[in-house]
Amino acid sequence: MRVARELPDGAVVNLGIGLPTLVSQFIPEGRQIIYHGENGILGYGPMAEEGEEDVDLTNAGGQFLKRVPGMAFSHSADAFDMIRGGHVDIAVLGALQVSERGDLANWMIPERGVGNIGGGMDLAVGARKVITAMEHTTREGRPKIVHRCTYPLTGQGCVKLIVTDLAVIDVTAEGLVLREVAPGWTAAEVQELTEARLMVARDVSEMRL
Amino acid sequence: MSTNKVCATFREAVADLFDGAVLMIGGFGGVGGMPHYLLLALREQGARDLTIISNTMGIASAMGFGTPKGVRPVDVSILVENGQVRKAITTFPTSPSPSRPTAFELAYRRGQVELETVPQGTLTERMRAAGAGIAAFYTPTGVGTVVEQGKEKRVFDGREYILECALKSDFALIRARQADTLGNLVYRGTSRNFAPIMAMAARVTIAEVDYIVQPGELDPEAVVTTGIFVKRIVKRPSHTGGYQGMGAL
Repeated sequence: MRVARELPDGAVVNLGIGLPTLVSQFIPEGRQIIYHGENGILGYGPMAEEGEEDVDLTNAGGQFLKRVPGMAFSHSADAFDMIRGGHVDIAVLGALQVSERGDLANWMIPERGVGNIGGGMDLAVGARKVITAMEHTTREGRPKIVHRCTYPLTGQGCVKLIVTDLAVIDVTAEGLVLREVAPGWTAAEVQELTEARLMVARDVSEMRL
Repeated sequence: MSTNKVCATFREAVADLFDGAVLMIGGFGGVGGMPHYLLLALREQGARDLTIISNTMGIASAMGFGTPKGVRPVDVSILVENGQVRKAITTFPTSPSPSRPTAFELAYRRGQVELETVPQGTLTERMRAAGAGIAAFYTPTGVGTVVEQGKEKRVFDGREYILECALKSDFALIRARQADTLGNLVYRGTSRNFAPIMAMAARVTIAEVDYIVQPGELDPEAVVTTGIFVKRIVKRPSHTGGYQGMGAL
């Protein structure tokens, strides 16, 4: 919900699989976002209703889409030229870990031994701005915002903004800056659940949804 | 270039696929864009020790990715389960959820198959390079990750890039909406994805299509893959045509 506020009118946006795909539901009326999918679709709209699925019309998460005016198809190489070539403004990606330098790990849990790189590494280097949309901690309560990622990296120093259920954090050259905290939480409580050190912005505010 | 590319049967289309072949399979992962009938014919044909180059390794059958309810998907898992696959070069070897592994992940855990996981944009570009006669290229994707291991790195304009090599294959099995008898192809929607790139990168490209028409019946402006990249075409049974249920068998 909070991430939706970071997407300006007219932005070309790629939403990663999982939590990030939810972002599109919270775009205010009247704001037009151009959604990009790695599978070769630009300018897609809402999901198709059940029973109306068209197997030739999906986003990169395999979700079925409605036909909307202005959408366009390309092959996969063009879809990735758009990414690597710097034509995608914002990528919203899920994360297993983000480091205080903005390193992102989101493709493999080492214990599983197999992971999916997908388009993540290309988005990490190619999108003009990378936002992570993630739970603040693991299901077991362990921090996901860490000094150094221990999981295999997706990209180095690529994350610019971290949005979690508890906080909004800027990644700056000086380190992580806590901008907003969720209603009912304090900066100190958020720091408790964060391994990396957070600098609290002078104007830190309550997260507006 | 042959001007008679139409195969009467799927069996005939894959008859010369040999043991140890390198094989590209089109599709993003869901049932759209998947060459189901060619895969079924290849299972029957039985070629073994295949190296598969594909975006995903069977997530439609593992987790219903890109598959409408009630449709039973056919994907590369049928070759894995039949013991025909030796190695995969892929971006998505399994489903995100560990509780729904692909047949490939299970085979990998048993040590029966090899795996090279690559970034998707690097996969597309490696194939395009192969099709275009380019030996290798520098890309920023994967810098600082396991992907850069063992690869040459070079700095351009202050930014690091890694050297990636072209990726070609013996065969490509792809899906298209429509072909003329010369092999010119038109796709439908997001089912285009990897097919045009694979068609360029393979020595023998075999296209499974819904409709075959005579030269002149396709709008030349609408052709995406020109016939020069396509060796064989074969028509799907007519009951699978139409917008809905194209993935169903």
